[in-house]
Amino acid sequence: MAEMIATRQAYGDALLELGERNKDIVVLDADLSKSTTTAKFAKKFPDRFFNMGVAEANMMNTAAGLATCGKIAFVSSFSIFATGRAWEQVRNTICYSGLNVKIVATHSGVSVGPDGASHQCIEDISLMRTIPTMTVIEPCDAVETKKAIYAAVNYDGPMYIRLGRAAVPVITKKEDLFNIGKAMILRTGKDVAIVACGALVSNSLVAADLLSKEGIEATVVNMHTLKPVDHETLVKVAKQVNAIVTAEQHVLDGGLGSAVACALSRNYPVPIEMIGIDNRFGQSGEPDILFREYHLLSEDIVLAAKRVIERKKK
Amino acid sequence: MKDIQVLNIKSLEERAKIIRRYVIKMLAKAGSGHPGGSLSAVDLLVVLFYNKMRHNPQQPKWQDRDRFILSKGHGCPALYAILADMGYFSVDKLETLRQFGSILQGHPCMKTTPGIEISSGSLGQGLSVGLGIALAAKLDKKDYRTYVMLGDGEIEEGQIWEAAMAASHYKAENLCAILDQNELQIDGFIHDVMSSHPIPAKWRSFGWHVIEINGHNYKAIIYAYNEAEKIKGRPTIIVAKTVKGKGVSFMENQVDWHGKAPTKEEAEKALTELK
Repeated sequence: MAEMIATRQAYGDALLELGERNKDIVVLDADLSKSTTTAKFAKKFPDRFFNMGVAEANMMNTAAGLATCGKIAFVSSFSIFATGRAWEQVRNTICYSGLNVKIVATHSGVSVGPDGASHQCIEDISLMRTIPTMTVIEPCDAVETKKAIYAAVNYDGPMYIRLGRAAVPVITKKEDLFNIGKAMILRTGKDVAIVACGALVSNSLVAADLLSKEGIEATVVNMHTLKPVDHETLVKVAKQVNAIVTAEQHVLDGGLGSAVACALSRNYPVPIEMIGIDNRFGQSGEPDILFREYHLLSEDIVLAAKRVIERKKK
Repeated sequence: MKDIQVLNIKSLEERAKIIRRYVIKMLAKAGSGHPGGSLSAVDLLVVLFYNKMRHNPQQPKWQDRDRFILSKGHGCPALYAILADMGYFSVDKLETLRQFGSILQGHPCMKTTPGIEISSGSLGQGLSVGLGIALAAKLDKKDYRTYVMLGDGEIEEGQIWEAAMAASHYKAENLCAILDQNELQIDGFIHDVMSSHPIPAKWRSFGWHVIEINGHNYKAIIYAYNEAEKIKGRPTIIVAKTVKGKGVSFMENQVDWHGKAPTKEEAEKALTELK
């Protein structure tokens, strides 16, 4: 069994390391620092941590002000508040001004669990992708999260990084390369490709194992960067397998599935099936029960793979 | 590095007239824009830029400069005219306001215009940015100050009060807000549309030092900026009573002149008054 770690934990640890090395890093949180794990940074570097209280709009623009003075501003809250409540601040002040603000939001997706729909953000990829010049990343595990945070520090410009509450299996290795905008191919097969992000990447790997037992060989792509999406890898993979399944913990409108469909329809159209949340809100429950309810399990990916393979035969 | 020659009151009043003339000409040429809230702010801005702030038009990104944020971004014709007059860019650019390809966008854009500290135009956001800059100054142990101009319609935005609370919490004594209180917003008088009164009491209750002045009285404006600098342990707001459309008789206190450009004839009439 793979080790289980929440991506948000890796974020707090990465900030601690980076805070030591780079004195320009400042961190802002909106009264959720224990949950987002920025409290670790706050304890070690109290002068460079700003708790802005329950006021996300002000927090975003305070971060923007800090960034105009050369600070690398990390801003954290739950995804719904960072991207929903403060969307226009992110759009008009941070992105339009091209400021070096890194929005790292936790508690995305239905895997938030018992808190219910109000706190389960399933629209954030879409909300952030639509803003011109924004970069959007959802790491698949703790190891990749740490690399994404390091990459964010080295990248000059606004960025959104989507993290989760629940522990997820560690499936990537320390030595794996992480480049913004460059998808990672985790395994290759000739029949179908599963393109996934975040927690759905590990489910896709399990799905590929299940398919293999039935003689179906699947490629699995970890599309950690949702914007800019890696057209080159998508087209290359689409040409090899001619059937794609996308998998994400997000509404189908405007998320990974939409991004992949948009890229392929313009460059190399192939049948696509999408795993994601179809025009519904989340609800209270444990993550595994919610994954079953919203058809986000490996078994669901297997069925989608079979459907898309049937479609390409026609 | 205080390159700016500090002007006396008479010279400041002369500059203000020149700036108001630029504003009228720019808006008439552009055919759209916001005269009322540009003209109400001119005197406050002229004293700030020509008399108070530490800045250098030849080095807009000089690290130790005082910062100014026009949170009520629609008043940008006044700011653009001052920036051009001081040498941030050529005064020829003023007539390109709002045109395709111009460095002077309809609302302030920090990427295209030298001297603009942050893009604005969507109301309610600038005070928070000013707070961020003030916190950065404290962190870097620098003594520059940050000024943010707000409108009295703008402070109906909830984010202003989030920022007011936070600036007080962080004891941002290096932050000075300037309220251009012209009593009008797009749909009418503040007291009819959405009263933000009583304004000084609100800011005091949020922990701010409040200075109330007439925003067209130069002695009062100079006094207010100097007084604000002396206040320790909390931010200051200068609540400046102003006249929307100040300086052009037919625009003064007229809500219709919030967002309408003068015709050629109206501009000529205005320029005659501003001689």
